[in-house]
Amino acid sequence: MSAGDLSAGIITPSDLSARRSWRSTKSALMTAAMIAAVLIVALPLVAVVSAVFSRGLRVVLAGFPDFFIKEIPVIGRRPGPGMGPAILGTLLATGAATLIAVPLGVLGAVYLHEYGGGRRFARLVRFMANVMTGVPSIVMGLFVYVTWTLRFGYSAFGAALALACLMLPVVIGAGEQMLRLVPNHLREASYAVGASKSRTILTVVLPAAMPGIVSGSLLAVARAAGETAPLLFAIGAATAYNPNLFQEANTALSIQIFANATSSFVAAQDRAWGAALTLVVLTFFITFIARVVTARFARGR
Amino acid sequence: MIDLAGKRAYGDRAFRGTSAVAAALVLLLLGLIAVTMTRRALPVFLQMGGRFFTTTRWAPPDDLYGALPFIWGTAFTAAIAIVIAVPISLGVALFMTQVAPPWLARPLVYLVDLLAGVPSVVFGLWGVLVLSQHFNLGRSFLTAGIILAIMIIPIITSLAREVIDTTPVGDKEGALAMGATRWEMISATVLPHSKGGLVGAVMLGLGRAMGETIAAALVIGSALGQITLDVFAPGNSMPAVIANEWGEAQDLHKSALIALAVTLFVITIAVNLLATGIVQRSVKRGQGS
Repeated sequence: MSAGDLSAGIITPSDLSARRSWRSTKSALMTAAMIAAVLIVALPLVAVVSAVFSRGLRVVLAGFPDFFIKEIPVIGRRPGPGMGPAILGTLLATGAATLIAVPLGVLGAVYLHEYGGGRRFARLVRFMANVMTGVPSIVMGLFVYVTWTLRFGYSAFGAALALACLMLPVVIGAGEQMLRLVPNHLREASYAVGASKSRTILTVVLPAAMPGIVSGSLLAVARAAGETAPLLFAIGAATAYNPNLFQEANTALSIQIFANATSSFVAAQDRAWGAALTLVVLTFFITFIARVVTARFARGR
Repeated sequence: MIDLAGKRAYGDRAFRGTSAVAAALVLLLLGLIAVTMTRRALPVFLQMGGRFFTTTRWAPPDDLYGALPFIWGTAFTAAIAIVIAVPISLGVALFMTQVAPPWLARPLVYLVDLLAGVPSVVFGLWGVLVLSQHFNLGRSFLTAGIILAIMIIPIITSLAREVIDTTPVGDKEGALAMGATRWEMISATVLPHSKGGLVGAVMLGLGRAMGETIAAALVIGSALGQITLDVFAPGNSMPAVIANEWGEAQDLHKSALIALAVTLFVITIAVNLLATGIVQRSVKRGQGS
């Protein structure tokens, strides 16, 4: 080894600050990878939302507001508007599902948090409710077909039952979380003035948790409104308005999107985009309301 | 006094009973799903026996129902979805919790929630009319896997965030104080601490990917009998077959489709039981320490 080599190997202080160690480079690379992941997640959201808005708006605005009012053309290739019955069907099925699932879900949550606590039965229900949120929505649809539709025929109510099955465990979970946030001194104050447990729950605990329960339920409603698979077997295929919740086939926005998406006719595809825009705006609107309620709640405390 | 208490106890008990019934509904429904659907699927299970799960020929006109290709398709698309979704979800969750300042982290949570709020049929529509046509993917396992990945990223991300948040601040500060870089801090404290919970989160995503129907039904291609590792091949999955064939199905064919649903139910319940157990234990342990 010559003297020249040695001197080349000497590190001066300026070198030290100039050269990044592999460790910090690796850390920076990993941070960059995380940022890349965030960008990748934003990509499909932007792509889907912009496609739905650009293609959907064109369809919806042609001859506004016919698209929201007219009935669905029976012949798929015929151009022209009409998703009115589907909008009504979605509102009927989702509304009825909400009326079934939210009261039952809140009651279940009340049991789990106020009565059940750490009992074995409550722990089992809590665990199974969690598992139930993972049951595929198409299984719920077939379940309702087997137990309801086979006997009573197609109707928006059958669809509502399937959606309610999906919403129930979600509402229970959200409800229990909200009840947990109600401070115990409220309950104790109520007991101290002589209220019974049920009265305490109904007049003190539930009102205190109400905003949270409302926003949690609204998120479940938004999910349900967008569901397709549970409706497939229960709602039938109507093209005309059917305001009767309990009788005759109905239709829904999601069902119409599914049916028209694979059509080779541009007119049908156009209607699918219009229906998609309507559905996305509807679900985002419900989600937005839920956020507003949550924000109010957070500020109120 | 005694009188009053008696009346009160009665109302109390009634309310408690009602709420207990509402809670028990969850167990009742799960039980009913299993029993009623298995009964409807019985004709096919009786006729095909174990061959329902092991043979590959699905021919309704001949009353032959071998579901293996669909079981394979479900597993394969779900696997593709997981491979795509896990690194992205983990990256986003780590960015939200370890890197981003609060003013950036909050809108990111909204962004992920928004992604979760898009109805699956809309993803399917976009997949079939935009993704599969303009990006030259066609309808295939890969297209289905990509769409499913987009749909499970929000689930895995939010669960991973929850799990990661339970890492004790002391551990992280300790690592940083020892001169660790940010990544060394993450890999030495955050990841080992949340390993169990992350596995659970991924499994919940897996369960969701296997059960997702509509988007898969639209983009997977509906090919019969494909058991292949070629991601560009058109295929089929259990929920997609049910959705696509239900309209034309008669007696035994319907029974076979319900049998597919029962199989799907059993698999997803098993995955979810395991995953929920893992996540709950991990979160509890994280909060305990």
